[in-house]
Amino acid sequence: MTTPVPVGPIPTPEFEVELGRGRVRFVLARLRLMWRSFRSGWGIFMESRMGRLSLFTIVAFALMAAAHPILMAFVWDPATYDPVTGYSFDQVEQPAPPSWKHPLGTDPLGRDVLSQLLYSTRSEFVLGITAALVTVGIATFVGAVAAYYGRLLDAFFMRLADLIIALPAISLLIVLSALFHLNLFYLALIIGVLGGFGGTAIILKSQALSIKVKPFIEAARVAGGGDFHIIFVHIIPHLLPLALLYMMFTVTSAIFAEAVLSFLGLLDLRMSWGIMIHTANTGGYLLGGTRYWWLIVPAGASITLLCSAFYLAGRALDEVVNPRLRRRND
Amino acid sequence: MTDRSDPLLTVDGLSLSYQTRQGEVQAIRNVSFELARGSALGLVGESGCGKTSVANCLMRLLPDNARLSAGRVLLDGQDVFLLTEEEMRLQRWRRISMVFQAAMNVLNPVYRVGQQIIEAIETHNVEPTDTAARERVARLFRMVGLDPQLMERYPHEFSGGMRQRAVIAMALSCDPDLMIADEPTTALDVIVQDRILRELKAIQQQLAMSIIYISHDIGAVAEVTDVVGVMYAGRLVEMGDTADVFQTPAHPYTAALMSSFPSISGERRPLTNLPGEPPNLSDPPPGCPFHPRCAYATDVCRTEYPPQVKSGSHWAACWHPLDVTLVPQS
Amino acid sequence: MESVSNTPEAPNARTPGSEASDGEPLVAVHGLTKLFPVGAGPFRKPSSFIHAVDDVSFQLGHGESLGLVGESGCGKTTVGKLLVKLLEPTDGEIVFRFADDSVAPAADDPWDSAAIRGRLLRSFRRRVQMIFQDPYESMNPRRTIYDIISEPLSVQGMGDVQYRVDRVLEILTLVGLAPAGAFLFRHPHELSGGQRQRIAIARALVIRPSFVVADEPTSMLDVSSRTGVMSLMQDLATELGVAYLYVTHDLAVARYMCHRIAVMYLGKVVELAETEELLRNPLHPYTKALLSAVPVADPGRRRQVPDIRGDLATPIDPPSRCRFYERCPAATERCLNHPHPPIEEKTPGHLVACYEV
Ligand SMILES: Nc1ncnc2c1ncn2[C@@H]1O[C@H](COP(=O)(O)OP(=O)(O)OP(=O)(O)O)[C@@H](O)[C@H]1O
Ligand SMILES: Nc1ncnc2c1ncn2[C@@H]1O[C@H](COP(=O)(O)OP(=O)(O)O)[C@@H](O)[C@H]1O
Ligand code: SF4
Ligand code: SF4
Ligand SMILES: [Mg+2]
Ligand SMILES: [Mg+2]
Repeated sequence: MTTPVPVGPIPTPEFEVELGRGRVRFVLARLRLMWRSFRSGWGIFMESRMGRLSLFTIVAFALMAAAHPILMAFVWDPATYDPVTGYSFDQVEQPAPPSWKHPLGTDPLGRDVLSQLLYSTRSEFVLGITAALVTVGIATFVGAVAAYYGRLLDAFFMRLADLIIALPAISLLIVLSALFHLNLFYLALIIGVLGGFGGTAIILKSQALSIKVKPFIEAARVAGGGDFHIIFVHIIPHLLPLALLYMMFTVTSAIFAEAVLSFLGLLDLRMSWGIMIHTANTGGYLLGGTRYWWLIVPAGASITLLCSAFYLAGRALDEVVNPRLRRRND
Repeated sequence: MTDRSDPLLTVDGLSLSYQTRQGEVQAIRNVSFELARGSALGLVGESGCGKTSVANCLMRLLPDNARLSAGRVLLDGQDVFLLTEEEMRLQRWRRISMVFQAAMNVLNPVYRVGQQIIEAIETHNVEPTDTAARERVARLFRMVGLDPQLMERYPHEFSGGMRQRAVIAMALSCDPDLMIADEPTTALDVIVQDRILRELKAIQQQLAMSIIYISHDIGAVAEVTDVVGVMYAGRLVEMGDTADVFQTPAHPYTAALMSSFPSISGERRPLTNLPGEPPNLSDPPPGCPFHPRCAYATDVCRTEYPPQVKSGSHWAACWHPLDVTLVPQS
Repeated sequence: MESVSNTPEAPNARTPGSEASDGEPLVAVHGLTKLFPVGAGPFRKPSSFIHAVDDVSFQLGHGESLGLVGESGCGKTTVGKLLVKLLEPTDGEIVFRFADDSVAPAADDPWDSAAIRGRLLRSFRRRVQMIFQDPYESMNPRRTIYDIISEPLSVQGMGDVQYRVDRVLEILTLVGLAPAGAFLFRHPHELSGGQRQRIAIARALVIRPSFVVADEPTSMLDVSSRTGVMSLMQDLATELGVAYLYVTHDLAVARYMCHRIAVMYLGKVVELAETEELLRNPLHPYTKALLSAVPVADPGRRRQVPDIRGDLATPIDPPSRCRFYERCPAATERCLNHPHPPIEEKTPGHLVACYEV
């Protein structure tokens, strides 16, 4: 072949690819490309009111979670403010209503409600995000593999998914938590596994099926790509946007499940929003109507807000991910 | 009724643009032509040069972002754009009907093919009774070369060619004065295409109907039409009797289009390669829009739009026409 | 204006079944058959079979371009996919003889398609490539042009990034996309149909294969880009010595692209001859009908009506007589009572499968 390879910098619309000193520049150009597509997706996300609202709420909760260790280290005396072992001696009667020292009051055991709330936020995030990552990791892989290989593997995973869907997840969790002492990590793992082999896998599989029959898969095979290459380079990247969407929904359901189990007193956690409500309930304060509102409202509202925020984030991501909605913005 | 010698259709100085994010797309610019009763007009050109837009204008089926900036469309002396939406709805099918580019999608998959045509007939009160309508459909089916028994079948039971014929039967169902066929055979095999072209031609002569036949297949247009118009970048650049235009093309674009068309008859002449692409219609070049690709372009072509040169009914818009018998009109 | 330059000179007049005189053919296909089951489930036996490709034989020389022409659904794409091993044949054999064998099997050893697996499949993929029909669907929309073109190089582990960038830039220039660097990090949806088809050609040619199956590479393109792509493919064939199996339903395009043309009807090759010979002197009734159905751009000429009845059927468990019997104007008693006619050489290099020729 005698066609001369062009040398020196070749002008490109957005970036300069310099041959010769290739690699770094080359990687840089790719990063810029990824950044550009991220920015356009971000723009669409922030254009929607749901997106802005959910992001604002999630960031607010994240700040709350981050604030707790700082407050404990520099402002709050652990003897009084520890979310589990603290006791407020200056209050005559427990639970005490909000005051300057305890902005959200104290619980029936004399502990500061605000401290409990902030402390739990971190666990909720850890729980939700771990569960979501596990779900999506499993579901993406199972969906891609089942769609790509089909036949027995597909039949097996789909029957498994049907089985999991047919089982009511909450009652299964109740049984499991009654039998074993579930801590936060195991709870996240179980919720993640149930989601990952359950409905999410079916959804991601049907998406993968529609990718598998595209001619570019055949083109990749003719290029010499093996199964591994096709699954990881061509199929899974097409599943990721949808997977991200279902991650958001999983966070919601994980936080909710935790709340229910804790409320029933079945979990082995130090503190959580569900436990806060559980404590109020076992003391009989839920029946007191609105008189002891500070025992229920902060935790209850937090559960509702954070769950809806992740749900709304999912809905807003839908606009980014869904090409039909996206084309409008191109 | 109007005089038979009047043209059926007069298009006068028509200009249409689409509002898009990239700016205003000038899809049709100052297009004028007349169509006599019972004659067949062909429109040829590369894709994106405005053929479908002209057809949609005549049917007054324009998307929301379209804006008619100038010109009139007179059907039998009646300005189509002055009718109310309701009046226009009655004119469609009865006076003017269309076979769409994506004809496969026109038939509703859940109704029997015959029933869909009968409904079209009944909405326009062409036949008094259901049996009369049914007989009419049977007649139409025979006309387009379909077995009338196929009326009871569903669209998915038809092959591509059969569906295309059913759609043509539907377009003929209300005895229109004018039928517009937009690329009706582009997706079909040659043998099927050949039959449909023959049937179209025969029906047109039998019913003394006018046809506008849109295609980028020069061969098909040459066989079906009496008059042909060549479109480029939203403009009509050459027009005349089909034989004149294809035997002695005057506009360099027409000539280039013809010589880039492979043919199976005659000597194997080398194909010429039309370099470049049609211009971006949101920012068309000044002067003659063909000048960036034209081998004959001079300075005047780059600055001023060419005047019409004419000989009889054959005209072209070019500064340096290839057929010198065409002369400027004073 | 640039013209489609090379007139195919000295077309290969090799005939199926006979051994070529000047060396071995690149591809020799013998009795190739592919049946697709109908109505089969995981635990259900198929009720019948589509005979998509049925006992097809032909040979293709080094650097030769063979056209495969026929109506939609007659099995053209299936033949192409069998040749590139996207499908496995039900029956029959395909033997490749590559000229420049640096990898096993040793030089001049035949590659039996059925035995190509594992490591061998990889080196097979370096020699045989395919250009797909649809330039819109055959590229992963999330990947950049660089990723798409360099895929054969990267999955084969050929060279480092610098080497691949060089190869990609070189082939982009070769397929007429300049400046090449400007295309590297674009996505397919940012290109026009003609540009995409050039990318598809670049992807197939970047590893310098000896044989390319081109499945209707111009059918989705507009007139103007079509001629460009056609002349590009011809120039590359002469420059790189690539042999093509050129699948198309357009005889006029095949005339410009191919040395020889094979006409297929419902899974069978019914006629095979040199291009001009086939166009001037068609012998099979189906070829005649096909030729007379092509519209001509000359308003003075009247074509004759194609002599053919009925519509194209699907070859589901076809009866053993001539596939074309139902539509054939020349059919006789003999055709009804005999199996499908074998393909035979009627005049030198001109093969026809018909009893009445
Ligand atoms: N994977 C498959 N499963 C079942 N049937 C198939 C499959 N692929 C092709 N067929 C059938 O085999 C026959 C030949 O198909 P093929 O795609 O080879 O046609 P073709 O000649 O390329 O047509 P076209 O011009 O429309 O592309 C058709 O009847 C088709 O329906
Ligand atoms: N609804 C629309 N909105 C914006 N642009 C359009 C629309 N429809 C057509 N166009 C543009 O108008 C031009 C002419 O299109 P069209 O009439 O479809 O051409 P043709 O039928 O000759 O292929 C093209 O540039 C096309 O992209
Ligand atoms: S006016 Fe000039 S540029 Fe336009 S077609 Fe004629 S010669 Fe070419
Ligand atoms: S063998 Fe008979 S039926 Fe078949 S093509 Fe020849 S004449 Fe026609
Ligand atoms: Mg169109
Ligand atoms: Mg095909």
